[in-house]
Amino acid sequence: MHTEKMWLDGNAAGGILRDVFAHEMTAALASCVGCGTVGPVGALLEYGQPMGIVLRCPRCDTPVLRIVRTPGFLRLDLSGLTLLTIPD
Amino acid sequence: MAEAPRLPPGQYETKDFPVLSAGPTPRTPLSKWDFTIHDANGRSARWSWDEFQTLPRDTPVVDIHCVTKWSKFGTKWEGVSVDSLLAAAVSQGIESGPFILAFCDGGYTTNLPLTDVTGGKAWVAFGYDGAPLPPEHGGPARLLVPHLYFWKSAKWVRGLRFQLADRPGFWEQLGYHDRGDPWREQRYQGDP
Amino acid sequence: MSSDIRAIPETAAPARLEWRVATVVDVRDETPRARTLVLNVPQWPGHRPGQHVDVRLVAEDGYQAQRSYSIASPPEEHTVALTVERLDDGEVSPYLVSELRRGDGLEIRGPIGGYFVWDVAVGGPLLLVAGGSGIVPLMAMLRRHARADASERSAVPVRLLYSARAPDDVIYRAELEQLADPPLVEVVFTFTRNAPPSWTGYRRRIDRAMLESVSWPPSAAPHAYVCGPTVLVESVATQLVELGHAASRVRTERFGPSG
Repeated sequence: MHTEKMWLDGNAAGGILRDVFAHEMTAALASCVGCGTVGPVGALLEYGQPMGIVLRCPRCDTPVLRIVRTPGFLRLDLSGLTLLTIPD
Repeated sequence: MAEAPRLPPGQYETKDFPVLSAGPTPRTPLSKWDFTIHDANGRSARWSWDEFQTLPRDTPVVDIHCVTKWSKFGTKWEGVSVDSLLAAAVSQGIESGPFILAFCDGGYTTNLPLTDVTGGKAWVAFGYDGAPLPPEHGGPARLLVPHLYFWKSAKWVRGLRFQLADRPGFWEQLGYHDRGDPWREQRYQGDP
Repeated sequence: MSSDIRAIPETAAPARLEWRVATVVDVRDETPRARTLVLNVPQWPGHRPGQHVDVRLVAEDGYQAQRSYSIASPPEEHTVALTVERLDDGEVSPYLVSELRRGDGLEIRGPIGGYFVWDVAVGGPLLLVAGGSGIVPLMAMLRRHARADASERSAVPVRLLYSARAPDDVIYRAELEQLADPPLVEVVFTFTRNAPPSWTGYRRRIDRAMLESVSWPPSAAPHAYVCGPTVLVESVATQLVELGHAASRVRTERFGPSG
């Protein structure tokens, strides 16, 4: 079984998020639509690799951010967050 | 005549069984588990775990293909065919539709054409390799649709919903193909 | 939300990250399973302790594998050091630990990270809790602390609690023993599987009593960084909050297969 995936939280998505947002995103605050918790993207729990990145709320498991890169497109589903506060 | 190739284009064979997941492993106790088929009219047919276990079962041996490029040959499963579930549902007044959305504990969904889960092509599997299906591989039960990429074989499945339109599920919304035939390399939306 | 969750102000790193080909200038075995790779990265913009890089390997048939590794070196060094632990069934780590040689190239992208980052400006006291290879980003923080000027350094007391299976599994053991400088810098080990009979320290998994003994009280408002396997990180973070530490002061980075 391939267990080698070293990162299990939103710190891992740092590279791809930087590509999309042109900002360092792991310290950005995401407000979860499921439970209202506000926390850093770096503290979200990461799933979905290698098909994509699913960052879930550590309190309620709602997918807060979902990212999939396919040839020619990067798709981002932000329906799990109500607000993203990015240090600028 | 040459034997048909076993490996679809772009795949490699593995002897492992990699675990991929879009979320944490649910732990539904069998006493709370049920399987429901819903139609577009709001009717449903439901089986508890005990009722499910009384249904006729198959032991398919199949090759499986993951969109992340690994393929595993000769996997052994035990489960109830979707054909028999749908037949039972229809006899209870459920109206079928052209498309299905499989739904699961944890919120995962995947969409499929009805024709891809009928005619002996799909099961709801609760046994793997002679033992109960382990939670990390989708236990208590998962959908098994081996002729399509394995993200369609939804883990922790709790039912099927007939759809009149092919509304995309979890990965399909994010760019994966609505059908997912590995022999045509239908990995992503837009692949022919 | 508390104003403690603020990104440490960025230095002049470009917004878009480019893949660059770094050259391996040195390799150092740290333990039987862990090796440090020292890289010369062209046009490296500098980094902050706790940040990481993405590493990309491309096979001849075009197959790509990408992983993230924490930077072990402090910002003062011109080279970038990564410490990689070999996972037997891994796709990338066996290559990095056992095959990569001096002079080889390695594609990397970074630095990445703004949440799990510490620098002297953040202040202290600084509580670092490591499980296994979770020590790597915390080592960058410790090394930065060691190189800070005397007045900055003495303003930030540091305590590292490092959980490893056995003494042979401790990465950077000799250097940690050198960096220890009580009472300013305290290094506490706990061994969960094997320790020599002469070991008088902790011999168990990190628990609430151990954290309470090792850490400052909540009234000191330490900045805590916890890194390692998910099960350890979650239990330590929960216990720190139960002990009264503000959740916003406990930063986590989860490594390794989940439990």
